[in-house]
Amino acid sequence: MLTYIIRRLLYALPLLMAVNVLTFVLFFVVNSPDDMARMQLGQKHVTEQAIQNWKHQHGYDLPLLWNNDKIGGKKITETIFYQKSVNLFLFDFGISDSGRNIGSDIRQRMWPSLALALPSLIVGLLVNITLALLLVLFRNSYLELGGSVLLVMLMSVSSLFYIIGGQFFIGKLLKLVPISGYDSGFAAVKFLVLPVIISVVAGIGSGVRWYRTLFLEEVEKDYVRTARAKGLTETQVLFKHVLKNAMIPILTGVVVVLPLLFMGSLIMESFFSIPGLGSYTIDAINRQDFAIVRSMVFLGSVLYIAGLLMTDISYTLVDPRVRLS
Amino acid sequence: MLVLWTDALIYLLIVAATMLAVYMSRQAHMRRPLKKIAASPVAIASLTLLLCFTLIGLADSIHFKDDNSKGNEAISLLDIACATMRAHGEKTYSAPFSAYAYGKENLTAEDGSTRWDYPRLQYGGAHLKNPEQQLTGDVFRKVVGGLGKGAGLMLMILLFAWSDKRERGKRLFRHPSAKAIWLVLFVVVSSFYTLFSLSEYYHVLGTDKVGEDVFYQTLKSIRTGLVIGSLTTLVMLPLAIVFGIMAGFFKGWIDDVIQFIYTTLNSIPSVLLIAASILMVQVYMANHPENFNNLLVRADMRLLFLCLILGVTSWTGLCRLLRAETLKLREMEYVLAAQALGVKPAMILFRHILPNVMHIVLIAVVLDFSSLVLAEAVLSYINIGVDPTTHSWGNMINGARLEMAREPVVWWSLTAAFVFMFALVLAANLFADSVRDAFDPRRAERG
Amino acid sequence: MADTLLNVNNLIVSFGQSKVVDEISFHINPGETFALVGESGSGKSITALSVLRLLPNAARMQAKSITLQDQELTHIPEIEFCKLRGRRIGLIFQDPMSSLNPVMTIGEQIAEVLQLHFQLSQQQVKQRVLALLKQVEIPEPERRVNEYPHQLSGGQRQRVMIAMALAGEPDLLIADEPTTALDVTIQAQILELLKHLQQQTGMALWLISHDLALVSNIADRIAVMQNGKIVETGATADFFRQPQHPYSLKLLAALPKLENCLGKQSKPTMPLLKVEDFKVYYPIRKGIFKRVVGHVKAVDGVDFELHIGTTLALVGESGCGKTSMGKGLLNLIPAHAGRVLFDGVDLTQLSGESLRRHRAEMQIVFQDPFSAMNPRMLVGDIIAEGISSLRPEVSRAEKQNRVAKLLQQVDLPAETALRYPHEFSGGQRQRICIARALAVEPKLIICDEPTSALDVSVQAQIMTLLKGLQKSRGLSYLLITHSFGVVAEMADEVAVMYQGKIVERGPVEQVLTQPKHDYTRALLAAVPKLNGKISTA
Repeated sequence: MLTYIIRRLLYALPLLMAVNVLTFVLFFVVNSPDDMARMQLGQKHVTEQAIQNWKHQHGYDLPLLWNNDKIGGKKITETIFYQKSVNLFLFDFGISDSGRNIGSDIRQRMWPSLALALPSLIVGLLVNITLALLLVLFRNSYLELGGSVLLVMLMSVSSLFYIIGGQFFIGKLLKLVPISGYDSGFAAVKFLVLPVIISVVAGIGSGVRWYRTLFLEEVEKDYVRTARAKGLTETQVLFKHVLKNAMIPILTGVVVVLPLLFMGSLIMESFFSIPGLGSYTIDAINRQDFAIVRSMVFLGSVLYIAGLLMTDISYTLVDPRVRLS
Repeated sequence: MLVLWTDALIYLLIVAATMLAVYMSRQAHMRRPLKKIAASPVAIASLTLLLCFTLIGLADSIHFKDDNSKGNEAISLLDIACATMRAHGEKTYSAPFSAYAYGKENLTAEDGSTRWDYPRLQYGGAHLKNPEQQLTGDVFRKVVGGLGKGAGLMLMILLFAWSDKRERGKRLFRHPSAKAIWLVLFVVVSSFYTLFSLSEYYHVLGTDKVGEDVFYQTLKSIRTGLVIGSLTTLVMLPLAIVFGIMAGFFKGWIDDVIQFIYTTLNSIPSVLLIAASILMVQVYMANHPENFNNLLVRADMRLLFLCLILGVTSWTGLCRLLRAETLKLREMEYVLAAQALGVKPAMILFRHILPNVMHIVLIAVVLDFSSLVLAEAVLSYINIGVDPTTHSWGNMINGARLEMAREPVVWWSLTAAFVFMFALVLAANLFADSVRDAFDPRRAERG
Repeated sequence: MADTLLNVNNLIVSFGQSKVVDEISFHINPGETFALVGESGSGKSITALSVLRLLPNAARMQAKSITLQDQELTHIPEIEFCKLRGRRIGLIFQDPMSSLNPVMTIGEQIAEVLQLHFQLSQQQVKQRVLALLKQVEIPEPERRVNEYPHQLSGGQRQRVMIAMALAGEPDLLIADEPTTALDVTIQAQILELLKHLQQQTGMALWLISHDLALVSNIADRIAVMQNGKIVETGATADFFRQPQHPYSLKLLAALPKLENCLGKQSKPTMPLLKVEDFKVYYPIRKGIFKRVVGHVKAVDGVDFELHIGTTLALVGESGCGKTSMGKGLLNLIPAHAGRVLFDGVDLTQLSGESLRRHRAEMQIVFQDPFSAMNPRMLVGDIIAEGISSLRPEVSRAEKQNRVAKLLQQVDLPAETALRYPHEFSGGQRQRICIARALAVEPKLIICDEPTSALDVSVQAQIMTLLKGLQKSRGLSYLLITHSFGVVAEMADEVAVMYQGKIVERGPVEQVLTQPKHDYTRALLAAVPKLNGKISTA
């Protein structure tokens, strides 16, 4: 097991490097450091000196990829690419183009993201699985037909509609909870209720269908026939046998998204003004703050790869066929 | 005639889709699933609705140079059909079927006195002298008249078709799918006829912030949604199929390289990748203004690039599925037999693997269509979607969202966008379900 | 009738318009072994499933009456019927790997039956489970109880299934092809076990099988099913002495005779294929960098010769390496070491284009005719594929000509070429596969279990076809099989494989009648025999 983890971690290194190169190319092809400086300082009325100062402050006053002025190893290391990349790998995100410390911003903002994403995930999972099980229990009945139609319709509605509609009806008309905003500590709960509910409702359509497909696949298998032959009722078969087997792909599917919860949902956080990493990223995109965007990309990649690794590990833990082979 | 880049690709897509449909109907092993789809009224109804949408989108894709305008504007067939709606611009918001503007103004009466009241719209309900009393009656009469004319038109077509066919045609008519087609066509044609005739006199879905008719905007947005759904697929398919099949078949280092590529692409959050690429495109366009002299051409380019980028970022899902399926197929005995018969690897891929994964491709294409249409709305919200000057449902929602706080609420733009988007996506999803049920090989075995 | 256990009267099962089970009636007496025999599609499994109401949703069932010891089953509501399943009637299936829940331990799965039907304490349940495992002769039951199905061998899994069925202490045990998926030596053990348990517990055993030879040894009464109808019933002894119905006669005639192997002279021909120290190894990779630490030795140093115009049979059970051997000889999987001399040319030294051109000499026919052909290709194209790739100069008209001739040689009508594989039966598909192999005019055809997936009557036809083609074209066959029945019918020489090595080799008459090696003897003893006929199991 340990060797497996080490091997996967080693594989992750070239991946991260490739991601880094790709983002670097993307961003610096678009804008040269001069353009970035001009943008941050305002378009007009900037002196050449101000630009140089800004570039020096943010570490952009070196050549991009290759430094001809230095000797030996410094040809590579005294470049923007090297400096920024190494810092990223050390998780030193530096300062944003507008001057704030990215690292501390991230550390502060990841908790609200988590506070929104984790309950949405858990509640959504419970609701979806229960509904899917019910649909499978009543399969080939009119209840299932009605349920399927309802699911397709729920799935076809844009998530924006759920958000805007939810905000409007529950927040404005019924005035049950505040529409947007955030607070620290337990006071945050009243701000989270609406987005969590909307997240769950928006996800029911596709989620229940996905889990229902999983369950239906399992229900067709031979061991279910054996279970029935033993005298189990249909409900018992579903909950004891099918659920246990279906939990393997369900669990691994959940594990893979767990790390990415930290990144936050861009849309939800914007609409509900929750100061998480999602809104952080959107603001950075709108402001064209490349330092932040670059850091978020790297962070996102690390978390994604961590998710992949955790999925593989969870497979070995959860599936006895993999664990004991 | 003026052909934009996206127009050209749309024509190409139509040609390719028709050729594919013809090819598929010739293949005997495709006939059974196709028959199954044809037998399902829901599938046929959704397909008809989708085709109606496509027709509108196509009408909006045939552009001509507009000699009437001052700039280098181009207009499409749809624009010509909606000429009245285009011309009847108001100053600002107005509710559907209203004769009055949204906000109060200082109005001067003929005798010189001023009052603070809702002004009359320039075009909406302008033919009425006394809107308070006449409006509902007038609308009602016009609706009935329009529906009558539209229904009459459909009935004529129906009778014509009925009398034209012989026995085989008559049998076709009684089939529930045929009834579904006629029902959908009936509803669509009569309602559109009504709406169009009404729009001579009223703004049937109101006007937006700058006074543009919302119904017109919604119709124009159809093309955007369709383009994003289909062109993206056009870009995505070759990448996914080639890489997926090669990775699954050759294994070894080819598999490792392809897996590396798609894991890398997947780890970068797609929103950021799209954002970066869109910015790249904007910068390029800003630096080369001579190629993009026309507003329309610029917006079109951005739409095109959006599709390209969405395609490049979304091929990984299908690629993984195809790789998994190819790994399974590779161990099939008929592949081994082909190897034993000396068939070259490229031929094996083309003859044995590709046709047996096409059902996955088909299902993915139809399923992805709806999610892409929905994604466009979200992307426009983050300002990395289509150009703000392009008509799209995302832009409509984005613009109207901020106005929800006004009193009274400006609901018509949002509702129009949502309703049309819902109709298109629902039709696509229902059709996708039928396609999946028809082509699922496991159900095929059970007959 | 008071002393029948199960009485089925006028059972009809239909899928849509077609009747799969067409008004059958039979009874089973308490404590007896009743065998329901038929080929695939006869409806025998459906009959068993319908008694227990385990039919798929699409099936419609109706019966005048089904009684279990005077209790009428047809009217019982589902809630009550659940209590019956597993308790009064037990059912075991064909494939124990897929029939057991892969994520529950076998102890849990057996305990489930006890918890469902009896009121026992946890401690009592544990003890019962161990006792059951001992009863089905699983070694080290204390350890096995906590293991998962994939950790057990095929035979052990089937024993677990039997234990699960026994746990309910049923009056009737239905066994649907319980040994078909198992190796021949294990088959014998499982049948032995079933017989033993039946005598121990006094329960009735309803055995469903396609193998007449197999049931002849343990059944008390036999019923033969054809196309949904029972065509003959009777006591075993009477049945085999004097079968009445033409279908029963046909089934019996289709079984290969052991004496067919007698009198085959070894032909003094040149060796076409000479295999020396052939090895096929699969690497085992462990560690951080996945270094090769060892090998799974599928084929571990095999020597033999195959003479022109003869058939060499390679016999062994599953896992002995015979399939790897077949694929390795054809270079479909890489060989680790050894020489394969075909007409003097060492095939292991060839690669790329020269290997491709040699492919015409040696072809293969696979076991499963369903997965051996691309379902999306026309039969004509399937047969012509080899010609297109190895003889590209042949014109299309000439190809069509050759395809027509080949179809004729395998006794299929010419319009077969214009249809799709799924439109044909198993036997017809195997003929198409043979035609495909013949298309490139090979000298040697490797037949990998060519008849195992077919019904007994069809098996005989295919074997006749293969023998005819051998005579008319001077073909040589390397016949890979686990069945001595096929060997007796077709082989000139036999080589017995065990764990990657050949343990005995010689002319067929000698090996079958005077086996030298213990393993060969064990195999031969395990194969069900009937009046000089030998099962093709």
